[in-house]
Amino acid sequence: MKIRIKFLKQGSTKFIGHLDMMRYFQKAMRRAQVDIRYSEGFSPHQIMSFAAPLGVGITSNGEYFDIEVLSTDSSKAMVDRLNNVMVEEIRVLSYRKLEDSGKSAMSLVCAADYTLKFRENNRPVDLDGFFRELEDFYGQEQIRITKQTKKGQKEMDLKPLIYRLERRGEEIFMQVSTGSTDNIKPELVMETFYQSRQQNFPEFAFRIQREEVYGRDSRGLLIPLEEFGEDIE
Amino acid sequence: MRKLALSDEILLSVQQPARYIGGEVNMVVKDPSWVDIRFCMSFPDVYEIGMSHLGIQILYDMFNRREDTYCERVYSPWTDLDKILREQNIPLFALESQDPVKDFDFLGITLQYEMCYTNILQILDLSQIPLHSRDRTEEHPIVIGGGPCAYNPEPLAEFFDLFYIGEGETVYNQLLDAYVDNKKQGRSRRDFLELAAEIPGIYVPCFYDVTYKNDGTIAGFKPNNPHAGEKVTKELVVDMDQAPYIEKPLVPFLKVTQDRVVLEIQRGCIRGCRFCQAGNVYRPLREHGLDYLKHYARQLLETTGHEEISLSSLSSSDYTQLPQLVNFLIDQCSSRGINISLPSLRIDAFSLDVMSKVQDVKKSSLTFAPEAGSQRLRDVINKGLTEEVILQGAMEAFKGGWNRVKLYFMLGLPTEQREDMEGIALLSEKIAEVYYDTVPKEQRHGKVQIVASSSFFVPKPFTPFQWAKMCTKEEFLERAYIVKNKFREMKNFKSLKYNWHEADVTVLEGVLARGDRRVGTVVEAAYKNGALFDSWSEYFDNSLWEKAFEDCGVDPDFYTVRERSLEEIFPWDFIDAGVSKEFLKREWQKALAEQVTPNCRQRCSGCGARGFGGGVCYEDQD
Repeated sequence: MKIRIKFLKQGSTKFIGHLDMMRYFQKAMRRAQVDIRYSEGFSPHQIMSFAAPLGVGITSNGEYFDIEVLSTDSSKAMVDRLNNVMVEEIRVLSYRKLEDSGKSAMSLVCAADYTLKFRENNRPVDLDGFFRELEDFYGQEQIRITKQTKKGQKEMDLKPLIYRLERRGEEIFMQVSTGSTDNIKPELVMETFYQSRQQNFPEFAFRIQREEVYGRDSRGLLIPLEEFGEDIE
Repeated sequence: MRKLALSDEILLSVQQPARYIGGEVNMVVKDPSWVDIRFCMSFPDVYEIGMSHLGIQILYDMFNRREDTYCERVYSPWTDLDKILREQNIPLFALESQDPVKDFDFLGITLQYEMCYTNILQILDLSQIPLHSRDRTEEHPIVIGGGPCAYNPEPLAEFFDLFYIGEGETVYNQLLDAYVDNKKQGRSRRDFLELAAEIPGIYVPCFYDVTYKNDGTIAGFKPNNPHAGEKVTKELVVDMDQAPYIEKPLVPFLKVTQDRVVLEIQRGCIRGCRFCQAGNVYRPLREHGLDYLKHYARQLLETTGHEEISLSSLSSSDYTQLPQLVNFLIDQCSSRGINISLPSLRIDAFSLDVMSKVQDVKKSSLTFAPEAGSQRLRDVINKGLTEEVILQGAMEAFKGGWNRVKLYFMLGLPTEQREDMEGIALLSEKIAEVYYDTVPKEQRHGKVQIVASSSFFVPKPFTPFQWAKMCTKEEFLERAYIVKNKFREMKNFKSLKYNWHEADVTVLEGVLARGDRRVGTVVEAAYKNGALFDSWSEYFDNSLWEKAFEDCGVDPDFYTVRERSLEEIFPWDFIDAGVSKEFLKREWQKALAEQVTPNCRQRCSGCGARGFGGGVCYEDQD
């Protein structure tokens, strides 16, 4: 049975890298005595795959991975069991059953939401001015960038890959293309914006948080990954 | 949200920021304002090494069971953060509360190997605690050391207020109670040190004076305070099943060196190898009961979620209920994807059978530790492993499908001759020949691979070889070349590989291992010259130490290559480690006469450890 798990990663746990998060959840599965499926062979490993790696330094309210289990309790009971063995700043939010033919979280991922908060030392004096410029930046027809790839430099248009870019109070909200093709990091968007204003992008300008990760349903609409599954009663 | 001592900017600019954030699974959280004692436990090496150490986990758990105590941890900041802490004057902090270590009541530092001594000074220095005990005031933590290197604490005497000699489970509670009483009565640091000096196993270095003869050896070692006794007897757990073990080990986020459940099955060793400090100072051998181990195996796997469990002991094959334990583990683990790791097993039919069940034969290698290349020299070191046993074990293993063998040797052992060195190559060759004789051509998976490694021998306190002369760096390397050249002459040269250790660092280890208080000044000078992470070959810089020896006017040869007489007073002689000096002398003389001593289960050799009233000395006697 395929299961999709959603969790949040807050506070100090943002310093834990992707590989260490995978190891963390492998151990958590054993502590919570989840009846997870193992691969065949001499050194069996848990069937577990993560949706989209999160960079070190970024917090998240919507991280996902899929597992396969041989048996399970209800969603509510499993969320409780997992949360009983979590550290304080990592919480399991949902545990949902997928259809057997359901695509993996990793292959579904196509967009993610981010919020960016100014750090104290980087808050613009003229906040409204900043956001007006950001609006103009996003309002352009094309946002040309040169991306450094393994094969050399690549000229590309960022615009169609930024689905939303807007002000939310004192924060920046953006929805960008995510996944194996056209993976856009929020830092890249902001760096391009700063460059368009002839400014250097300060290294630790924002506190960045991922809010949600999406896949496309059969109609092509973006829906949160957890909605591809159903609660187990 | 958990408070962090370091800003995001700092944490995001150093390697592995997860080393410094704490918050791991099973971390103990207490309100510091509710406790009487804040204890910071330290392993003076990088997080991934320190977190792999079982002893700290045991003490962490034991201390935190006390309601009046909050035990936290600190490790050596890596060189990148070290630099930042110095530049920005940020005091070193404990992982749990992220509070500065300097505000704690105790800083406990485990002394696992000599090459971490400069890192001890780093911890003190970055914590902004005076390096010298005599410069500390009521404001500073009590700095206490323990662990194997505390069996010769003298090179560190200046830097510590107290040393705990022996196994930590026994008198720490008494020490902490004394601390709380003393504090509540409003009495001083010195009052506490005097109380501590009267607790068995506790050594207060400033309460002793050392005088030296003209030749540099010790003339006298006498207490200068009425609370301090002439001798400090090591502490020891008599009944292992009564000692506290860990209920919920910390599970780090980072992949640490020992990323598994560690189950200590016994303490001590019956074998009596004459070079081995652990085999002497942990005498007598004491086993855990099978039920105790089954309980903890289950419990620890449940509370950690680790995917591997490893048995820990000096010689697992000597555990009397090993088959029952191993079968239990196989039963428990195989269906849950948990690996079993069985280090320090003697290679025989039983262990091969077990290993074929728990490991992938094609991927794993067999390990033998003959330690010396010839039977004569193996008799000198009392390593009861014969060539016949090795070849027999290898043959059975090759039949079972293994084709990789690791061999561990030492070079520079007392009485070593050219034939003993060349024996390393000859023995490796014989094992290769056994492979080609045993396994028919069509069943071979490529060549047999035999990797022989030699470390250089360092004489350690409380071993029969504590009187031995150590080799110089040049002698060590000469010996390694003799072995290497012999390997070239072997028929199966292409199946054999030979590695050897670095010699500089071995010589230094030799100085620190048998050093006295004068060596402490060299450690401090080397640290001030920039020596740090000396156990990491990429950071070890011998020139910093050479300069330190020169500037301090201390001759390293005095500690390494000098002949020691049987009458000499050693810096560690004030410690009663259980094994008597008379026994060690007898063993040293038997070594020189190439005579072996039977193991504890064959015949008691009267080492002195029977006086502790437990363990193997009383087996089959109840």
